[in-house]
Amino acid sequence: MTQFLIRRLFWAVFLFFVATIITYLIFWVIPADPAALAAGKAASPADILRVRHFLHLDRPIWEQYYYFVQNLVVHRSLGMSFVNRESVDSIIGKDAPVTASLVFGGAVFWLSLSIPVGILSALRPRSILDRITMTFVLIGISAHPVWIGLILSFLFGYKLHLTPIAGYCNFIPGSPGAQCEGPVQWAYHMILPWITFMILFAALYVRLVRANVMETMSEDYVRTARAKGASERRVMVHHVLRNSMLPVVTILGMDLGLALGGAIFTETIFNLPGLGREVISAYNADDLPVITGVVVFSTICVIIFNLIVDVTYGFLDPRIRPS
Amino acid sequence: MSSTSELLRVEGLEKYFPVRRGLIFQREVGSVKAVDGVDFVLNAGETLGVVGESGCGKSTMARCVARLLQPTAGKIFFEGRDITHLDRTAMRPIRREMMMVFQDPYASLNPRKRVGFIVGEPLEVHRIGTNAERKRRVQELLEIVGLSPEHYNRFPHEFSGGQRQRIGIARALAINPKLIICDEPVSALDVSVQAQILNLLKDLQEEFNLTYVFIAHDLNVVRHISDRVMVMYLGRAVEVGTRNDLFREPKHPYTGALLSAVPIAEPALGRSRRQIVLEGDVPSPLNPPEACRFHPRCPRFVPGKCDVDSPALLQMGSNEGHLASCHFPLERWPMSDDEIRQHAPMVGAPD
Amino acid sequence: MPALEVKDLATTFHTDDGLVKAVSGVSFSLDQGKTLGVVGESGSGKSVTFLTVMGLVDPRHAQVSGSVLLNGEEMLGASQARLRQIRGATIGMIFQDPMTSLNPVKTIGWQLEEAVLIHQDVTRKEARRQAIEILKEVEIPRSDQRVDDYPHQFSGGMRQRVMIAMALINNPEVLIADEPTTALDVTTQAQILRLMGRLQQEHQMAIVMVTHDLGVVAELANDVIVMYGGKVVEQANVDDLFARPEMPYTWGLLGSLPRLNAEGSRLEQIPGQPPSLLNPPRGCPFNPRCAFVMDVCRTDLPELRRSDNGEEHYFRCHLDDETRTRTWEAKHAALVSKDAAA
Repeated sequence: MTQFLIRRLFWAVFLFFVATIITYLIFWVIPADPAALAAGKAASPADILRVRHFLHLDRPIWEQYYYFVQNLVVHRSLGMSFVNRESVDSIIGKDAPVTASLVFGGAVFWLSLSIPVGILSALRPRSILDRITMTFVLIGISAHPVWIGLILSFLFGYKLHLTPIAGYCNFIPGSPGAQCEGPVQWAYHMILPWITFMILFAALYVRLVRANVMETMSEDYVRTARAKGASERRVMVHHVLRNSMLPVVTILGMDLGLALGGAIFTETIFNLPGLGREVISAYNADDLPVITGVVVFSTICVIIFNLIVDVTYGFLDPRIRPS
Repeated sequence: MSSTSELLRVEGLEKYFPVRRGLIFQREVGSVKAVDGVDFVLNAGETLGVVGESGCGKSTMARCVARLLQPTAGKIFFEGRDITHLDRTAMRPIRREMMMVFQDPYASLNPRKRVGFIVGEPLEVHRIGTNAERKRRVQELLEIVGLSPEHYNRFPHEFSGGQRQRIGIARALAINPKLIICDEPVSALDVSVQAQILNLLKDLQEEFNLTYVFIAHDLNVVRHISDRVMVMYLGRAVEVGTRNDLFREPKHPYTGALLSAVPIAEPALGRSRRQIVLEGDVPSPLNPPEACRFHPRCPRFVPGKCDVDSPALLQMGSNEGHLASCHFPLERWPMSDDEIRQHAPMVGAPD
Repeated sequence: MPALEVKDLATTFHTDDGLVKAVSGVSFSLDQGKTLGVVGESGSGKSVTFLTVMGLVDPRHAQVSGSVLLNGEEMLGASQARLRQIRGATIGMIFQDPMTSLNPVKTIGWQLEEAVLIHQDVTRKEARRQAIEILKEVEIPRSDQRVDDYPHQFSGGMRQRVMIAMALINNPEVLIADEPTTALDVTTQAQILRLMGRLQQEHQMAIVMVTHDLGVVAELANDVIVMYGGKVVEQANVDDLFARPEMPYTWGLLGSLPRLNAEGSRLEQIPGQPPSLLNPPRGCPFNPRCAFVMDVCRTDLPELRRSDNGEEHYFRCHLDDETRTRTWEAKHAALVSKDAAA
């Protein structure tokens, strides 16, 4: 087990370098002058030159990368934003909970819809429920998050006034200058983004669950259980479910890890101050440290969730448990 | 009926698959000794049957001989030439001379290609003939294996298991090879279809003077088709001999146990037969037993001998070329379970 | 009273192309302590027949008629609840592939205990004791430790032993074994067959041995059914069947076996392919492959009629007695001369 974890750690370091180097390379390829933006509209060419020197932008790209790594190792810091000199650590610390609220809440929504529906339509393939479900799956898979988000926001927020149109409230009260706070307001503001996520992912997951349950139902050991005299309920609970959820766990882990890096469209539509929106504005400002910071953060998320998947898998499936 | 010119010679063939463990730099912590010292000679026009249970290394051995796997050690001579270390270019002309037929007719044919393409592929790979000539040759081949030339444009899924195996055989025949290595070619087929394929293979052998290495786990099938037979156990050949020597006068206790384990399709004979039932399972080739690989399951096991000295593959029995590796070979056949345990003193080593 | 009696069993599947008669006209009776061998190739309907007997065909897709009497109790039409009580308690079943027939994420012990707890009102501790006990009986060494292992930690032969243990843990009167040794090596097959023989002696159960291997049937069965294209084509005592088969398909089967003492000679081959259950030929199911086919064979299914050779010997064939006798004697002579020549 420790050996496995250590190997994973090496992988993580490797991935970290690959992801950050690629970010720097892309930044280097794109013609942009963050110094001009950072210095402000009224800055003189001398000012811009000074800012450029101050931000190390006059150094070759590999040297800039070296400063980034050095800063990370020595000061355990992802650096400062070019634009407003705010610490990238604190930007991520501020944005990540918003994205996490969206992703985890959405996951609860989409799983609690797709698992039962997937199982039911697997049990009665080609039934009316199954056909209706598969139609919705098709719509959900084809629809774009922006479209879904705008429709929901227009219908429930603007027309029916059931939910806010957009915006975010902190779960934990006490942050200065907040317009609203507390769990109730938080959930109230998150409900439409969650539903957007649910429609997007439930479609994929219903199909995934349905396919896996159907496949497991035709396994020989399910027939063995029936030959033992097990009831359909027992067959389902003890023999089908755990085996059919194995692939779902893998996909879920990967989806969660990826989505935590920022749900760009959904955050933009509902004006949620999460990582996705942060990346967009950082991109518009050529704010390399913030972009790199988010890339590092989402790499770590993907690695952590893959680790969680592996551990869960080992727990669920004795065949790959290290002996 | 078979000429005596040597076509294939295998000496000391070994294939180890390394087992690796480690953090970033993987160390080799052991190896699966899939094939661990196999020698045989095969003459042109002959059929060598290879029998053994799962994990005995028979398929790995075949893949090494066809150079689909690189052997760990040993030498393979084809028509007197050492082909063990030939590179891709040098192997090309030799690949034309030896083809393989595989077990699973469902998995070994590309489902997206038409039969004409599948059968003609070897011709194309070796750049033989024009398109029209190839097409004519493929249609001829389809006829030879008992299919119809009209099947040229069909897909594999339109055929039954037996017909697919015929397609596989047609492909193997396409460029007139000398040697065909058949890896369990009839195990996946129904009994009545199995007979068709066995007959076809025999007919083709006579017509084209083919040489076969025929791998199977079914002793009746091997006995039917082979001139000589090799019995393998855990990567080693334990007994080699002509069909009659080996099936009528087996010397190795494992051969005896295999023979006696096959159910006989004749009620009276079957019920009265004296059976040797081995205990336990075949051990793992990752960690095979010391000395004689068979000793933990052998009814003739002698402590201090069989688990210490590895028996060599020696001439046993009355006929030349009948070899077995056993310190206490069977004196006669058939033998019952009780008889087999009381053995005569050891042969071979005077100590 | 026979342990298992089947009368005129038929299973019909609803498919997109309409109704398909997978199996029909199967009748037999099996006494306690006896073994019935069922021989057939793929598509013969032998597996469907015994899944129907077990009540394991999905009633939403299949229509079943006839009668299945288990200890005199009618199984067809019994409630699902009653069927569940019977399955695994009065009648047990083992399957071809021991590698896939056990749940990979549950321990062997859990799966054996489940079989006990479904049918007996006992504590889990008692169920575990029974599980260890039965593992001992199927000769699994260190059964008190191995009971906590998972299926992947067992070899194929060992898993088939576990499957047998699971089928026998509630002491059923009938055991249905569907190709139990097909996936196993020959020495392991010998072990499993010997084990089944011993357990049958001890428990006096009736065994149905479904197989494609005539050798297994010859050695173990008392009576034999030969199935082809969803029909019983011949049915007899094992000695009668092998000594005096009455039907061209049975002749072909015996002739196509590579025989012990006839090495190197040509095998008698049946041309063509076994029929698909979904698209059976009209008339006699064997007619497209039969060397003796007549016009009537292509239109009418021959009745199952009684043979004079043997007591309870039945077969389906339009050929007259004289032709059949003459043909079999010629074939038999050829086989014997092959044996003698070798």
